[in-house]
Amino acid sequence: MLLAVLAGFLLSGLVPLIHRFLPRISGVIFSLLPAALFIWFLSLLPGVVAGDGILETYRWIPVLGIELSFFLDGLSLFFVLLITGFGFFIFLYAGSYLRGHRYFDRFYIYLFLFMSSMLGLTLSGNLISMFVFWELTSLSSYMLIGFYNENETSRKNALQAMLVTVFGGLAMMAGIILTGMIAGSYQFSELLSNNEALKEHPWYLATLILILLGAFTKSAQFPFHFWLPNAMAAPAPVSAYLHSTTMVKAGIYLLARISPIFGGTPEWSAILTSVGGVTMLMGALLAIQYTDLKKILAYTTISALGIMVFLIGIGTNLAVQAAMVFLLAHALYKGTLFLVTGNIDHETGTREVTELSGLAKKLPYTAFAAVLASMSMAGVLPFFGFISKEILYEAALDFSAGNILIISAVFITGAIFAALALEIGYSIFFGSYKETPKKAHEAPPLMLAGPVLFASLGLVGGLFAEFLIRPLLGSSAAAVLNVEQVFKLTLWHGFTLVLLLSLLTLVSGYLIYRFRYMIRGWAGSLQPLYRYGPGAGYQKLIPGLLYLATAQTGFFQNGSLRNYISSIVGFFTFLIILTLATRNLEFDLIGRLALYTEFRIYEVVMAGLIIIAFFVIINARSRLTTIVAMGVLGYGIAIIFLFYGAPDVAMTQFLIETLTVVLFVLILHRLPSFIHSGRFEGVGYLIISAAFGLVMAYLLLMVTGFPLESELRGIYAESSYPLGRGRNVVNVILVDFRQLDTLGEIVVLAIAAIGIYSMIKVKYNEGGPGK
Amino acid sequence: MRTTILQTAITLLMPLFFLFSLYLLFRGHNEPGGGFIGGLTGGIAFVFHAMVFDSRVTRRLFRLNPVRLIAVGLFLAIFSGVIALFAGEPFLSSVWADFYLPVIGRPGTPIVFDIGVYLLVIGVVVQITFTMSTL
Repeated sequence: MLLAVLAGFLLSGLVPLIHRFLPRISGVIFSLLPAALFIWFLSLLPGVVAGDGILETYRWIPVLGIELSFFLDGLSLFFVLLITGFGFFIFLYAGSYLRGHRYFDRFYIYLFLFMSSMLGLTLSGNLISMFVFWELTSLSSYMLIGFYNENETSRKNALQAMLVTVFGGLAMMAGIILTGMIAGSYQFSELLSNNEALKEHPWYLATLILILLGAFTKSAQFPFHFWLPNAMAAPAPVSAYLHSTTMVKAGIYLLARISPIFGGTPEWSAILTSVGGVTMLMGALLAIQYTDLKKILAYTTISALGIMVFLIGIGTNLAVQAAMVFLLAHALYKGTLFLVTGNIDHETGTREVTELSGLAKKLPYTAFAAVLASMSMAGVLPFFGFISKEILYEAALDFSAGNILIISAVFITGAIFAALALEIGYSIFFGSYKETPKKAHEAPPLMLAGPVLFASLGLVGGLFAEFLIRPLLGSSAAAVLNVEQVFKLTLWHGFTLVLLLSLLTLVSGYLIYRFRYMIRGWAGSLQPLYRYGPGAGYQKLIPGLLYLATAQTGFFQNGSLRNYISSIVGFFTFLIILTLATRNLEFDLIGRLALYTEFRIYEVVMAGLIIIAFFVIINARSRLTTIVAMGVLGYGIAIIFLFYGAPDVAMTQFLIETLTVVLFVLILHRLPSFIHSGRFEGVGYLIISAAFGLVMAYLLLMVTGFPLESELRGIYAESSYPLGRGRNVVNVILVDFRQLDTLGEIVVLAIAAIGIYSMIKVKYNEGGPGK
Repeated sequence: MRTTILQTAITLLMPLFFLFSLYLLFRGHNEPGGGFIGGLTGGIAFVFHAMVFDSRVTRRLFRLNPVRLIAVGLFLAIFSGVIALFAGEPFLSSVWADFYLPVIGRPGTPIVFDIGVYLLVIGVVVQITFTMSTL
């Protein structure tokens, strides 16, 4: 499974190469990967349905008890098949949709990354690795939403989507860490057996809310829903793949995955049902107000996600089954409709429902797919959507015990879905043909394969639900409920209350459809209200944050190097003094000092030179004097290193001092005129440096006063030759024992050099030095 | 600072500087020295050259793009750590050969690492000098 997850990451490197040599069929070649993965995972289906989960574990960070483990059960298999199955058709579709685009290969790299992250997310057997993949999906989604990067809205919306989801991710990470602290493990299987401890812990509510924040932002729940409609700036296949069928369902997946661990408490169901319920109703009410097809679909997706959250919140057997069934039904019809929208946009040049009519003659296959999909969306009898609606009503009735509020929310949502389905499936395609910006014609075959197949599956799945879909959904729901049971999916339930509700939904849907223009007119007058919505809040928050950042950067980094250094050193000294004062360590200062009374004459001379150099620096009137005096000071310290038997350190110090002086001399005539610090400032610097020196000396005396408990020095000295094969202990430490540190340091050096280069280069290009 | 005496002296001293820096690099494992110190010495040779001549002359003498040198140095350092992975050891463990070479002694990954550090430090010093002198 490791290979299956990593395949996309590994192969994404080959994408530009393949595209360069086979530009015409590269889209088809790329789609072989999801196809192969789909087939492979499908072959695992019988075993999983029989109840044999597959667990693979790799060591990752054993010190922290973190493993890279992959776990395949009914739930993850369901999602994996969704990801790879849709992936195949989306990859095919995008090849045609973006044919000849400048960044065609880049697009597929992002798609590969996304698909692999998504597989990793759903297959992860523990919270930590799931979180890593979770963030990767946010990142690849950012790049896909902002794919039309010449467009400013597109970039802005991509950033918005990422900020919102990453904010949730961050909260979730805190929740995950809390979970780990409470339960002592990140592994799902161990959390499952330990869930009582989690639920009874005083931190339970905090942990739960933090994790839910992650799920809610990802799945665009109220009040974080606003990023999803904006994410529609992405190309159509991205909207279909990420923002309706897979990525936004990652939150649902997470809820389903943790529901046997965290679920079943009053808090769980209160939060989930209220957030899900509000989102469901609000999404539907917003959807009816728009005329842009993609916006309509986006808001209905938000509403649908709300339904799923609501159902998982209810948490009864029936509700979880309903959630799984609805998830599949929604993926099938919404994926189709997004691709249909892509076709319409691509072939006619507009997505406004008011400008589109009678397209069926021009785009017959697209129309076929759209009609089937919208019938499933409305929940018309033989379609899969009908089954899902029935079971949804059943679950809601069962839960609310006649609570009129919940039932009516579900009912209104369903009715609006039906109305919008009529709009998409009927009004666009039938009636008299309207002229469109582009001359309308049918989309190429690769752009039809996906929509037609998904839409047909919605029909076939409805007719043969029991035997085609039940095994997978059953084992998926069983994993969520943590029980071993399967359920029945039947098309015909008999004449019940549920059927009556279902029919009523269709009728009211038709009524809403008839009066849609009037409703949109009313909705227009609601516009001022949106100024107080969460989307507007985000618009205010971000500039505010930037303003704050600018203000505090301006305050702390005013561009004066003296200021930086004195505040850093001053604060550091303050911290040390604070620590020393509060710890109350016993220390015989006089006794320690008495050990250092014998000085050799040249040591005294060197110390005298250093002090003289210091006063020269303080009183210097020109930069050259300062530099030379600094050099003397540095050399003096290096010589003292030499006296005390540290030739390597001394040598480095000599070289660095030389280099500093020479570099200063090299650029001396380019520097701005020397500012002599006034008497007041000079005294300030003197106090800070004297305090720093005294504190460091005190600290050193104290530290060396304690017997050295560490055996490190002895180990290094002893094993330097036998293990490191070198007699210079310092060097052996640098290049062998603590090689990783050295590696880090040279990386920093390289970055610094490149940083200096680009900084000066940019400044220079802006109009020369001095600016 | 374009004086004939300094220019002549630096021209003559450059090879010596360079030899000394290599000497420092290779003796580093047993005596004071090593990649960092050697690299600094080698880099300083070019800094002096740039100071006495013009940095454009030094650039011509140096020939390589210092950024590339930095990249090569970093690559060597990381590569020396990766070798251990092939021997089934953790990243950065030292691996030693079974034979001796003149001057270097027994070749092992630490010396490769040190050479990487050496090249990188030269690259960094020269790069900074070049950038500063074009100000």
